[in-house]
Amino acid sequence: MKLTGISAAVVLCATAAIANPIAPGEVQYDEYGAVAASLSGSEGDAANGAKIMVNRGKGNCVACHAVTALNEAPFHGEVGPSLDGVGSYRSEEELRGIVANAKKMFEGTVMPAFYKTSGSIRPGDGYTGKAAEEEDLMPILSAQEIEDVVAFLLTLQDS
Amino acid sequence: MKFKAMTAVVALAISAPLVFAGGADDDTLAIDGEEMISKTAAPAHMEETGIDTIISGWHFREDDTQSMQTDSFDNPGMIFVDQAMDMWSTVEGEAGESCASCHGDVSTFEGLTTKMPKVNEDGELVVMEDIINNCRTERMQADAWKWSGNDMQSMVALIGNQSLGMPMDVAIDGPAAEYWKQGKEMYYTRYGQLELSCANCHEQNYGNYIRADHLSQGQINGFPTYRLKQAKLISKHNRFRGCIRDTRAETFAEGSDEFRALELYVASRGNGLSVETPAVRQ
Ligand code: HEC
Ligand code: HEC
Ligand code: HEC
Repeated sequence: MKLTGISAAVVLCATAAIANPIAPGEVQYDEYGAVAASLSGSEGDAANGAKIMVNRGKGNCVACHAVTALNEAPFHGEVGPSLDGVGSYRSEEELRGIVANAKKMFEGTVMPAFYKTSGSIRPGDGYTGKAAEEEDLMPILSAQEIEDVVAFLLTLQDS
Repeated sequence: MKFKAMTAVVALAISAPLVFAGGADDDTLAIDGEEMISKTAAPAHMEETGIDTIISGWHFREDDTQSMQTDSFDNPGMIFVDQAMDMWSTVEGEAGESCASCHGDVSTFEGLTTKMPKVNEDGELVVMEDIINNCRTERMQADAWKWSGNDMQSMVALIGNQSLGMPMDVAIDGPAAEYWKQGKEMYYTRYGQLELSCANCHEQNYGNYIRADHLSQGQINGFPTYRLKQAKLISKHNRFRGCIRDTRAETFAEGSDEFRALELYVASRGNGLSVETPAVRQ
């Protein structure tokens, strides 16, 4: 009886920890760089994800990727591949891993990690050019914003 | 089967214009009728980079921006060169001297810019701004000019313009070797929260668009450049500072030893390209 009580408490704690946003340093990437669980514990909002992808101060994904569904925002770059149809050949878990830290899947890639706050060289305070303390560093996108972007990417299906 | 082949053809047709949109153009740059070396074989030290042709930033700009550089009368940067010509013979400072009173005609500096940055007798790496300010403070007893200020960059442009068309030829061996290595290391360091190095953009991706910007090789043979957007001359260190800042990094200061070393390395990647000072950029 007592024992069961303890395990129940442990299970409760564990669930509570997962429900909170997972901190950038705590994200579990599998060997291919995919991430199984929602970082925020909630579902993503695809419409907000689309906004983040064109916002220069946020994802600015179109700086490097062409996305036909986002053609309303001008000037899509060509540093990375077109993301058209990416939702049909990449799983949600893969997309979450790629957006959080693409280097886990594509070693040495030019694509920045959007959910990472440690290990960068001379991190700055946003785009001011001034120094940031590593402990004050925020990820470029929040856990929920990552989920929103993933939700939008999943809408990009082969036509 | 047939269907698949069709899709492939369609895909090709759609992606082809994108491929052609990128890359350097095939125009020829002549300034006042004199042809520039704006594309040439990469220097030997770049063998490991995968770049075999070095290309002036001019080839990546829009036609209207390009054309402003082909005629000195149309080049808005030449206004600053003319202003520096006036400063050249203006007496300033306690010593009662002007640049002209010691150096005579500025054309005596023909070729100097092709060798800059260089290591001085004291073993220090110096860039043009250092030399000019040294003459101002030590020899004229005048105030130092601000690094990226109008006066300084106009003078750097005037001296650079004396070497117009001459190929860049900075030394990277001997006493320069240590500085060059430091600059090279910086070039490949992935700075900031975006973790991007100069090479990520200017070596791996030149010719590609990043948002609205057509990425060049990040050459400095046209500096100081006249930027239409800012309507003034832009120093090399100001450009470096901006490029590092944009990686969400703590950048380095203009006139820092780090940027001197980086300038030497970047200049050496342009060895063989004509000096185009002052080049015009959007
Ligand atoms: C600085 C350029 C850059 C930015 C900004 C960027 N990416 Fe990427 N991305 C790349 C490159 C390059 C690749 C190809 C991976 C490699 O290096 O092989 C890539 C790959 C990807 C892939 C994998 C595509 C596939 O075919 O499997 C996805 C998905 C992706 N990016 C999404 C995004 C999203 C979403 C954002 C914004 C939050 C973003 N990227 C921002 C450069 C960028
Ligand atoms: C009092 C004399 C004096 C004045 C005034 C003076 N210089 Fe100098 N300058 C020198 C001497 C001496 C040298 C070192 C010897 C040399 O290399 O010619 C030198 C060197 C230089 C060099 C480097 C030449 C080289 O080959 O490395 C440049 C460039 C230069 N001066 C620019 C200027 C400018 C621009 C001004 C005005 C703002 C100026 N100088 C004013 C005396 C002067
Ligand atoms: C995120 C991509 C990026 C990175 C990283 C980057 N730059 Fe740039 N740089 C640009 C863009 C965009 C331009 C404007 C278009 C062009 O000329 O390439 C530019 C322009 C330049 C120019 C002006 C070229 C000309 O002909 O006018 C120089 C020089 C330069 N960069 C040097 C550097 C150096 C040195 C570094 C590393 C410290 C660096 N850049 C890092 C994107 C980048």
